Amino acid sequence: MRQFIQRLAAKHDFRPTHLLEMLRAVQARYHHIPADAAELLAEVLRIPRTRIIDATEFYSFFSTDPKGRYELLISDSITDHMLGKQELMAYLAGKLGVAVGEVRSDGVVSLDNTSCTGMCDQGPAGLVNGYALTRLDRSRIDQIAELINGEISLEEWPAEFFQVEDNIRRPGLLLDSPIAPGEALKAALARGFKETLIEIDKSGLRGRGGAGFKTAMKWRFCAEEPQTERYVVCNADEGEPGTFKDRVLLNSFADQVFEGMTLCAAIIGAKQGFLYLRGEYLHLYDKLQAILAERRAAGLLGAGILGGAVDFDIEIRLGAGAYICGEESALIESLEGKSGIPRNRPPYPVTSGYLGRPTVVNNVETFFAASAIAVHGGDWFAASGTEKSQGSKILSISGDCARPGIYEYPFGTTVRTILDDCGASDVLGVQVGGPSGTFISDQEFDRKLAFEDLATGGSFIVFNGNRDILAIAHNFTHFFAHESCGFCTPCRVGTSLLRNQLDKITGGHGSAGDVVALEEICRLIKTNSHCGLGQTAANPVLTTLERYPELYQSRLKKISFEPGFDLDGALETARRMANRNDAAAHLQQTAAEHE
Amino acid sequence: MSKTITIDGKAIPFTEGQTIMEAATAADVYIPHLCHHPGYTPHGSCKLCNVRVNGRICSACTFPAAEGQDIQNHSEELNADRRRITQMLFVEGNHLCPGCEKTGNCQLQAVAYHLNMLDNHFPHFYAKRNMDASHPDVLIDHNRCIFCTLCVRASREKDGKDVFAISGRGINKHLIVNAESGLLKDTDLEATDQAATICPTGAILIKRTGYTVPIGERVYDHREIDAVSLEEERGEHG
Ligand SMILES: Cc1cc2nc3c(=O)[nH]c(=O)nc-3n(C[C@H](O)[C@H](O)[C@H](O)COP(=O)(O)O)c2cc1C
Ligand code: SF4
Ligand code: SF4
Ligand code: FES
Ligand code: FES
Repeated sequence: MRQFIQRLAAKHDFRPTHLLEMLRAVQARYHHIPADAAELLAEVLRIPRTRIIDATEFYSFFSTDPKGRYELLISDSITDHMLGKQELMAYLAGKLGVAVGEVRSDGVVSLDNTSCTGMCDQGPAGLVNGYALTRLDRSRIDQIAELINGEISLEEWPAEFFQVEDNIRRPGLLLDSPIAPGEALKAALARGFKETLIEIDKSGLRGRGGAGFKTAMKWRFCAEEPQTERYVVCNADEGEPGTFKDRVLLNSFADQVFEGMTLCAAIIGAKQGFLYLRGEYLHLYDKLQAILAERRAAGLLGAGILGGAVDFDIEIRLGAGAYICGEESALIESLEGKSGIPRNRPPYPVTSGYLGRPTVVNNVETFFAASAIAVHGGDWFAASGTEKSQGSKILSISGDCARPGIYEYPFGTTVRTILDDCGASDVLGVQVGGPSGTFISDQEFDRKLAFEDLATGGSFIVFNGNRDILAIAHNFTHFFAHESCGFCTPCRVGTSLLRNQLDKITGGHGSAGDVVALEEICRLIKTNSHCGLGQTAANPVLTTLERYPELYQSRLKKISFEPGFDLDGALETARRMANRNDAAAHLQQTAAEHE
Repeated sequence: MSKTITIDGKAIPFTEGQTIMEAATAADVYIPHLCHHPGYTPHGSCKLCNVRVNGRICSACTFPAAEGQDIQNHSEELNADRRRITQMLFVEGNHLCPGCEKTGNCQLQAVAYHLNMLDNHFPHFYAKRNMDASHPDVLIDHNRCIFCTLCVRASREKDGKDVFAISGRGINKHLIVNAESGLLKDTDLEATDQAATICPTGAILIKRTGYTVPIGERVYDHREIDAVSLEEERGEHG
C-alpha cells in the first residue's frame, strides 16, 4: 500500500489540492479508504490526517468501511421513483442477495442509494464503481446480477448498459448552430477582447446556473481585480435532481464549452482553468480529456494560443458525490482538496476564489452561450427572448412526458407550449428548476420561462394526475437533509427537523398543530441559512403547501395532539419484561379512542 | 471623520475592515453569538448573530461594516429566530444542563437564558454520541458539541497545534482529534492550551477542576451573558 500511495501522490506532485483525485483512486482500488491509506496520505502530503478523515466522511463516494468490489449505487431521484425504482431496487437486492446499505458477506457486491445521477431522461439509473448505468429494468438487472456473481470485469459488460443518450428533442438558437473549434477565439481576437466583452454585455447573457448574474459584469469585475493571477472555473457539478443539460453539452459540444472558458480566460487574463465535473459523470472523463488534448494539439489551449495572444490550459477535476459542491464557493473549497463547505461572503469568488485569487465561476451553458455570442455578436443573441431575459434557455425535461430530454427555447416561452412539445398530458404540476425551484400547479401553465417570471437553472420535472404531491415533497426534503453540508445550525439541524416533521405528517401521525410547526421550520431554515442550499431547502414544502394546503391538512388526525412515535410500540419491551400482553398493558393511539 | 453604521437606530462608529460584530462590541452593543470569539478568524456557523442589514439577513460576525448600513439587532423577530436556533442546538445534541459540570458557566445555556428559552420546542434527536475520557487532564463529551470550531481555531491559530477538526457531512458532523487512534490522549493537547478552555459549552472540560466554584455562584448564575460578554470582549476587539 505504501508504494501505491507514494506513486499516487507523486503522480499528483504531492499537491494537497488534488486530495479528492487521490481519494478517488484509493477508493477505486480498495473499495474504501483504509485507515492506513489515510495515514500514509497525510504523511506524504504533509497535511493533518484530520483533513483526510473529513474529506472521506464528507463525500458520498468515499467510505471508511469496505464496500463491495462491485459498488452498486441506485439513483434515488424522484424521476427514478416514478420509473419504478423502488420495486426494481427490491428486485435487485433479492437477485444479488444483499440488503440495501450493506455489503454481501463474500465482499463481492455492495448496494446502496445515491442522490440523483443526472440520468433522469433515461432512468431508473445507477452507478457501478462510478460508471453510469441507464434504463434499468428487470431483464437488465438479471444480467447485471449474473455478471457480478460471475465476477466479470466491467470492461466485459455489454456496452449498452452504459449507453448514455443525448435525447436532444428540440434544438434552438444555440444547439442549432454550434461553432467550429477556434471560431470564437478568432472572432474575439479580430474584434478585440475588450470589444468582445462589450458584445457579451450587449447580449444580455445572464448566468445559466440558476442565480442569473450578468456574465459580462462578473468577467469585468474579475478582470479589474488588482491581483493578476486569475482563474476560470466551469461549474459542471449539475447536482440538482432533474437537471442533465450540462451532461449533454459536455458530451456533444465540449469543444464549444472549452472555447467559452478560453474566451473568458483571454478576456480576464487567466492562465489556468478548471472543469469541475461531478463524479456521477465519470463516463465523460476520458472523452473530455481527449478533446482537451486535441485542442492543445490544434493550438487552442496551452502556451501561445492564437499566435501568442493567450496562454491558458484547462484541468478536469472530478467531484465525489456532494450536491453542495455546485455552490460556487463550496466548489472552490472542493477544488482545493477540502470538503465542500460554502465560504463566508464577502469576499466573492471574483475577488477571492481559488487559492484566494480572483476567479470566475460559470455554468457549462453560460460558457457554451458566450462562445456563440463571440462569433455572432451580442445583438444576435439579444434578438431572442424577452426584454429582461435575452436569448434562449436549454431545459432538461423529465418525468411524466412522452419525450423526456433536452429542449431549447427562447425566454418568454410558456410552460404550456413546453408541455405540449414534450408530450405531457393530464399534468398535475411541474417542478421547475429542480427541488430548490418552484412547484407550479396546472393553474399556472401560462407562466413564462424568464428571469422575471419563472427563473430556472433548466430543469422541468413533469407530474401527471396520478402522482402524490406529498410523496414528491417527501423525496425532495429527504434529498436536502442528506445533502446539507452541516456547516450552519439552521440548515444542519433544520433540514433534519423538517424531514422528521414531514415524515410525521405523511406517516399519518400529524395532528392539528403539525402543519403550523412545519411552516415554522421552513421559514427558519429559509431566512437564517448560510447558503443557497439552506435558503431553498424548504421550497418543496413551501411551494406545495401554498398550492395544496388541503392535501397536508387531509393527512392530519383529528385529535389535538399526536405523538411523533408509536406509544403502544414503545411499551413493547416493558410488556415483555413484565410478561404481560393483556388489554390493559396496551395504549391506544387512534383518533377514535380519543374523540 | 470616522464612519458610522446604525444599529437599532443608534449611530455606531466603525473603522474600515471591522465586522459588524466588532463595531457593535466596541460600542457596547451586544449581539448574541456562540461561534464567535474576539481574536479568532470569524466562522459564521452558529447563526445566532444573524442581524438584518438593510433588510437582508447577515451574520454580524462575518459581515463587514460599511457606511450606510441600517442594522436591526434586537428586534422581536430576530430574537425569536435566535431562540429557535438555540433550541435547534439543544435538541441536536444531548444537553442535560442540571447534570453538566459547565452549568452556570456555559455560554450556550446563558444565551438560552438571555433569549428567554423556556423549553426545547423541537423533538429531540437523542443522538448517540460518545465521551472521550482518555486524556489524563482533558475530557471531551461529544454530547454537548455544537460544532462552533472554536477549539479547532484555537488549536491551529493560538496553540500552533492542530489537535481538533470537525468531520463529516450534515447532521452527521462530529468533532475529531488528530491522532491515529482517534483518542485525545494520543494528541499533543495540554490542559493549558487555549483549545482546552475555549469551548462555549461543556463539551471540552478540564478534569479535576469540577465544582471548584459551586453551582449557584457561577458566572451566569448572577449575570446576563450580554453584560459578561461585553465586559470581556470589548477590550479584546480593540
Ligand atoms: C446548493 C447549490 C448548488 C448549486 N449547483 C450548481 C450547479 O450544479 N451548477 C451550476 O452551474 N451552478 C450551481 N449553483 C449556482 C452556483 O453557485 C453559481 O451561482 C453558478 O455556478 C454561477 O454560474 P452562472 O453565473 O454561469 O450561473 C448552485 C448553487 C447552490 C446554492
Ligand atoms: S445552508 Fe446548509 S449547505 Fe449551506 S452552509 Fe449552511 S449547512 Fe451548509
Ligand atoms: S468541542 Fe466545544 S469548542 Fe469545539 S467545536 Fe465543539 S462546542 Fe465548539
Ligand atoms: S456568532 Fe456569528 S454565526 Fe456564530
Ligand atoms: S450547561 Fe449543559 S451544555 Fe452547558
